[in-house]
Amino acid sequence: MSENIKFVQGNEACVEAALYAGLDFFAGYPITPSTEIAEQMSVRLPQIGGKFIQMEDEISSVCAIIGASLTGHKVMTATSGPGFSLMQEGLGYAIMAEIPSVIVNVMRGGPSTGLPTCPSQGDVLQARWGVHGDHAIIALTASTHQDVFDITVHAFNMAETYRTPVILLFDEVVGHMREKLVIPEKGEIPVVDRMRTSVRAGVDYHPYLPREDGRLPMSDFGAEHRYNVTGLAHDMWGFPTNNPDVVHTQLRHLTDKIKNNVRTITRCREYFMEDARTVLISYGSSARSAFHVVKNRRARGERLGLLELQSLWPFPYGLIEEKCAKARHIVVVEMNMGQITRAVKRAVRNPDRVVLANRIDGVFITPTDIKNILRLIQGKGV
Amino acid sequence: MAIRDYIRQRFFPHMWCPGCGHGIVLNSMLRAVEQLGMSKNEIVMVSGIGCSSRISGYVDFHSLHTLHGRALGFATGVKMSKPELNVIVPMGDGDALAIGGNHFIHAARRNIAMTAIVMNNRIYGMTGGQYSPLSGHGTSATTAPYTNIDHDFDVVKLAKAAGASFVARSTTYHARQVTDILKQAIVHDGFSVVEILSQCPTYFGRKNRMGGPSDMMEWFKENTTPIGSKAKAENPALIERGIFVQDEDKPEYCTEYDKVIERAMGGRS
Repeated sequence: MSENIKFVQGNEACVEAALYAGLDFFAGYPITPSTEIAEQMSVRLPQIGGKFIQMEDEISSVCAIIGASLTGHKVMTATSGPGFSLMQEGLGYAIMAEIPSVIVNVMRGGPSTGLPTCPSQGDVLQARWGVHGDHAIIALTASTHQDVFDITVHAFNMAETYRTPVILLFDEVVGHMREKLVIPEKGEIPVVDRMRTSVRAGVDYHPYLPREDGRLPMSDFGAEHRYNVTGLAHDMWGFPTNNPDVVHTQLRHLTDKIKNNVRTITRCREYFMEDARTVLISYGSSARSAFHVVKNRRARGERLGLLELQSLWPFPYGLIEEKCAKARHIVVVEMNMGQITRAVKRAVRNPDRVVLANRIDGVFITPTDIKNILRLIQGKGV
Repeated sequence: MAIRDYIRQRFFPHMWCPGCGHGIVLNSMLRAVEQLGMSKNEIVMVSGIGCSSRISGYVDFHSLHTLHGRALGFATGVKMSKPELNVIVPMGDGDALAIGGNHFIHAARRNIAMTAIVMNNRIYGMTGGQYSPLSGHGTSATTAPYTNIDHDFDVVKLAKAAGASFVARSTTYHARQVTDILKQAIVHDGFSVVEILSQCPTYFGRKNRMGGPSDMMEWFKENTTPIGSKAKAENPALIERGIFVQDEDKPEYCTEYDKVIERAMGGRS
């Protein structure tokens, strides 16, 4: 049992989880603060017969994992802000061609090279809308190493279930902080493998004909079924098409397979929410500061609650609306200029009650920062 | 197997213009595959974007039509994760050497066993005739209305310098030579680069007053010569055809990675 308890960085927790989920191919390019993921992968993967490759840039890294995924492997790449920007075209390709893959972005301050060694949560909207064109996306996040582990396994499961790229948004504090991680026994967390087609050789296989539940059974490159994969709008055989009906159906499918499964995909944690009049909403490392504030103030009898988002996209609009229905104040704690605040304002009935508690200077947001905002809201002055 | 059994008939008619050289490249390539007696399931064709890149859809292999310039990145993932597959990567000149130039030199440096075909028609065809990094100084294009001042790459020299262990060049006029070279390139255990000069009468030919398709192919005949020929000594402007590099000793990437796995497992594999 003690072998399963480790004292690690968040980046390492992510590696452990990916391996637990069955990852066996990683391509990447070093960038702070995500580099330890690539380093650990280069050590661990060949030990289990998996493959690691350091590509010439982030663009080719995401392309390489897409190629490897098509041969039937579970794949991942990891990067940070500027590298994530470079990956957008490959990310779009993976969405369009429906390739299971996991892309980790350990966020750093931006724009541009910004603050490489400082925490930020500035890529939340890049994860949502960085790719051109209408599309759905799954983006998950975590605040502790145990969460990093769980959510990374969840990311692989979602990628393989819905044949889609899944983005993991961590921040520098989570990536670099060291804390305890308990690695679950095999089978303790379910691991999903992609659904493979049962169509026999010689029978017409339609790689892009969705089942009723939106899932597409796959055939590996190198197996009996040969088909075409393209980033162009395509028909059920994967052949390019401009037919408006076919294009419409395909693009709707890409959105619907995620929209219709929001409950399976999204995760949210609640603390002291039963009678909360002031609701804090946060995610990633800033949720740790928010939790500290809520716990301490509860002890003094203040009716504070915390909603910790573990999935950012698809955004749980319905859940936020329901949980905040009785709140007098809603404070969104994040390390950007309000990227999730905007989504929260769309979700709740009275957007005027939504306030942002943030820091954008590369310094971790502390409980004191949050307390100062609370004092302002409560009319006590700073 | 008959040649037509290697193509996807429902993908036809193809979208290439009348007189385009790319159909000849497709033909020569299929003959190479047929003569090698390869099965359709062991081949993965990965292409980028552009006229040339539609070739992957026309063949009944596992086909991956990717992003502009990124074909070699995708191909690297395919090959490394399943080395038993034979990976062929047709690319256009812009695809391979403008946006994809960095991927090209790094694939060559790694020496990963794939066949990169540069279908060089010296122009961007699909977007309507803009100059490419292989158009050359003094040519005309829609984005070089006062003639092109960019110099071109010599694909052979570039591939050699980057470390490709198989480098060759031919033209659509020399279709049989293309087949012969591709056969050797495909079985070569390392990164193979095959440049094939191909005519684009619609844009390059028209803009540069090179006549019709047959005139352009005549040009290939008259302006190229086998490697080391007497003609080359007399006229250094001639473009050489043939196999420039065939190094079977340079370690192949996937084979080398197998050794990494062995070391990492401490002999437990």
